[in-house]
Amino acid sequence: MAVKKFVVGCFDDEAVLFPAVKKTRSAGYKIHDVYTPMPIHGLDKALGLRETSLHTAGFIYGITGTTTALAGIGWIFNADWPLNYGGKSHFDLPAWIPITFELTVLFSAVGMVLTFCYLCQMAPFVRKHHFHLRATDDKFVMVIECTDKTNETEAQAFLQSVGATEINVQVAETGWWLGRYDKDKTPFEHKGAALV
Amino acid sequence: MASLKYESQVRPPLVSGDKDYHQVTEDIVRPIEASPSRSWWVGFLVSVGFLCFGIVSVTHEVIFGVGQWNLNKTVGWGWDITNFVWWVGIGHAGTLISAILLLFRQGWRTGVNRAAEAMTIFAVMCAGQFPIWHMGRVWLCFFIFPYPNTRGPVWVNFNSPLLWDVFAISTYFTVSLLFWYCGLLPDLATVRDRAKLKWRKMFYGVASFGWSGSTKHWQRHEALSLVLAGLATPLVLSVHTIVSFDFATSVIPGWHTTIFPPYFVAGAIFSGFAMVQTLLLVTRKVLHLEEYITIEHIDVMNKVIVLTGSIVGCAYLTELFIAWYGQNKFEGWAFFQNRVNINSPLGWSYYIMMSCNVLSPQIFWFRKMRRNLTVTMFMSVIVNIGMWFERFVIIVTSIYRDYVPSSWSTYYRPTIWEVGFYMGTFGLFFTCYFLFSKFFPVIAIAEIKHILKRSGANYKEEMGGAESESVEEFAHEYAHKH
Repeated sequence: MAVKKFVVGCFDDEAVLFPAVKKTRSAGYKIHDVYTPMPIHGLDKALGLRETSLHTAGFIYGITGTTTALAGIGWIFNADWPLNYGGKSHFDLPAWIPITFELTVLFSAVGMVLTFCYLCQMAPFVRKHHFHLRATDDKFVMVIECTDKTNETEAQAFLQSVGATEINVQVAETGWWLGRYDKDKTPFEHKGAALV
Repeated sequence: MASLKYESQVRPPLVSGDKDYHQVTEDIVRPIEASPSRSWWVGFLVSVGFLCFGIVSVTHEVIFGVGQWNLNKTVGWGWDITNFVWWVGIGHAGTLISAILLLFRQGWRTGVNRAAEAMTIFAVMCAGQFPIWHMGRVWLCFFIFPYPNTRGPVWVNFNSPLLWDVFAISTYFTVSLLFWYCGLLPDLATVRDRAKLKWRKMFYGVASFGWSGSTKHWQRHEALSLVLAGLATPLVLSVHTIVSFDFATSVIPGWHTTIFPPYFVAGAIFSGFAMVQTLLLVTRKVLHLEEYITIEHIDVMNKVIVLTGSIVGCAYLTELFIAWYGQNKFEGWAFFQNRVNINSPLGWSYYIMMSCNVLSPQIFWFRKMRRNLTVTMFMSVIVNIGMWFERFVIIVTSIYRDYVPSSWSTYYRPTIWEVGFYMGTFGLFFTCYFLFSKFFPVIAIAEIKHILKRSGANYKEEMGGAESESVEEFAHEYAHKH
C-alpha cells in the first residue's frame, strides 16, 4: 500500500463535475478517482475507464452451473446409482431442466457477487481511506494524484477554476487494509518522508 | 441550472417536496439515527411474543411428533403447506419490483424496492420453516440435499418436483439476499460516514464492506445489478412455477392442472404486492416517508393488484370451465362438489377465496379508490386473506374426499399447534421487518438520488418551461448552454 499525495476537490453538482473532469484530463492531471454518492451515467466514459467485464464472468459462471447440474444428475442417475423410478428413463432431460436452471442462476449470481467484491476489494472488516465523508452523501469528490511533475498549488488553483467548492491536499494510503471504522488506525504513519 | 436529465411533465414526480441530495440522506437516515419510538417497541415486542408462541408450538411438534397437527388420512397436507405456499407467494413481490421493474426501467421502483426486497427475504425465511418442520425428524433434514453418503449412496430423486422446490427456494433465497445486500452496500456506507457513535461506526463499517463510491465501483455495481436483475427475472417466475409443479405434476383431481404455473405466478405477485402495500402504508406513516413513498407509488401498485387479481380470476374460471368441459368425473367432483357446492363441508372457503381475490380487487378500477389509503390498507389485508384461502382450497378441498368414500376424512381443522406455528411465522416476519426498519435504510438512498434530478418535484418544476417552448428554440438554447 503506497502512501501518496493527493489534491482533492469537492463538487456540489454533477453538472459542474462533468466539464471539470474533461478539463482536468485535458490539462494533463492524473485523476486518481472520482467518488460519488450515486451512480452517474457517463462518468466512467468521461474518465476514460473501460467497460467492465463482469457480465462475461457472470456468463461463464452460469455455464459452469449448467454443466455441473447436467453432469451431476447424469452421472448420478446413469453411472453412480441407476435407480428405477417407476420405470422412467435414466436420461430424463425434461425433468432435469428445473434444477439445471436453478443451478445456472445460483452459480452465476454467487460467482458474480464474489467477483464484484474481489474486484472492488470489498469485504467485512476491510478499511479504506475516504477522501471526503460526504462523498457518500451529497458531494462529488475528484481526487488528483500528485506525480513528480504535479505542482500542488497549481493543481489547487486549477480545481478552483473548474468549479470545485472545497479543495485540500491529503497524504493517504491507497488500497485497503484490515481494520475497523471506529478505530482510526492506518498501517503506516503519514510522514512526508514516507511518500513514494 | 443546467440539468443533465429530462423527464416529461406528463409523468408525476416520484419524490415530492423540495429535496436536494443531502436532504434525501437526512430524511432516510433519520429513523436509523434516532432512538426507536414507543410504537416501534410495542410492535417489536408483540412480534417477538408471536415468535415465542411459534417456537413453543414447533418445539411441541418436534417433541411429540407431527401427530400434534390434525393432518389425517387423506389430508396429508393441511395448514403447513398452505402457509408455505402463501408465504412463498408473498415473497415474490420484492424480486419482481427490484428485478423485473429494473429491466423495464420503471423509475417508481426506487421508492419501494428496498423494503419490498427485505420483505421478500423474510417471507421466504418464513416459508422455508413449514416444509422443514413438516419433516417430523428435522434433525435429518439435510437428507434433502444431494451429497455422497453411506446409505448406498442413495441419492435424492432429481425427477421429483419436491426436490426441484428445494433447489428453487434455496436459490431464490440466496439470489434475493445477494441482490438486496449489494444494493444496500452504498447506503450502509452513507450511514457509516455520518455515524458519530462508536458502535454505529463499527457496525456499518463492517456491514458496508469498505464501500467508497469510486466511479469504477459504481460502474461494476450497475453491471452487477443489471445482470442480477436479468437472472432474477426468470428465477422469480420459475420459483412459483416449480411450487405449482408440486401439485400440477401429481394425479390428484383438482391439482392435475396445466394452468397452474402462470396462475400461481400471477397469484404470487398479487399477494406479494398486497403485503408490500400493508407494510409500506405503515412504514411511510411511522417513519414520515410520505414524500418518497407517494400516492403515485400506491396508485401504481394498486394497478398491479387489479391486473394480477383479474388474471387469477380468469384462471379460476378457466379451471371451472375445463372441469366441466373435460368431462372427467373425478375432476368434476373436486370442483363442483368439493369447492363450488357451498353446502359441502369446506364449500365456504371457496367463496371466501372468490370474493376476496376476484370480486373485491375490482374496486381498484377506480382511480379514487386506488389513491385512497384506507381502502388500500383494507384491500391489502383482504387480498392476503383471499390468497391464503386460495391455497387452502387448492390443497385441502382436493384431498379431503378422495376416490374411496370410506377413507374420507373427518372435517379438517387445525390444532392449536398448527395455528401457533403459523402465528409464529408472523412473529418471525415482523420481528425481522422491525429490526430492518430500525437498522437499515428502508429506501434505497443512492437510487433515489439517481432519479432525483429527473423525477423530483422541485426539479421537474424547474424544467417545466421546456415543454411550452418550440423545439427549435429549446434546441438552440440548450446548445448554447454548454
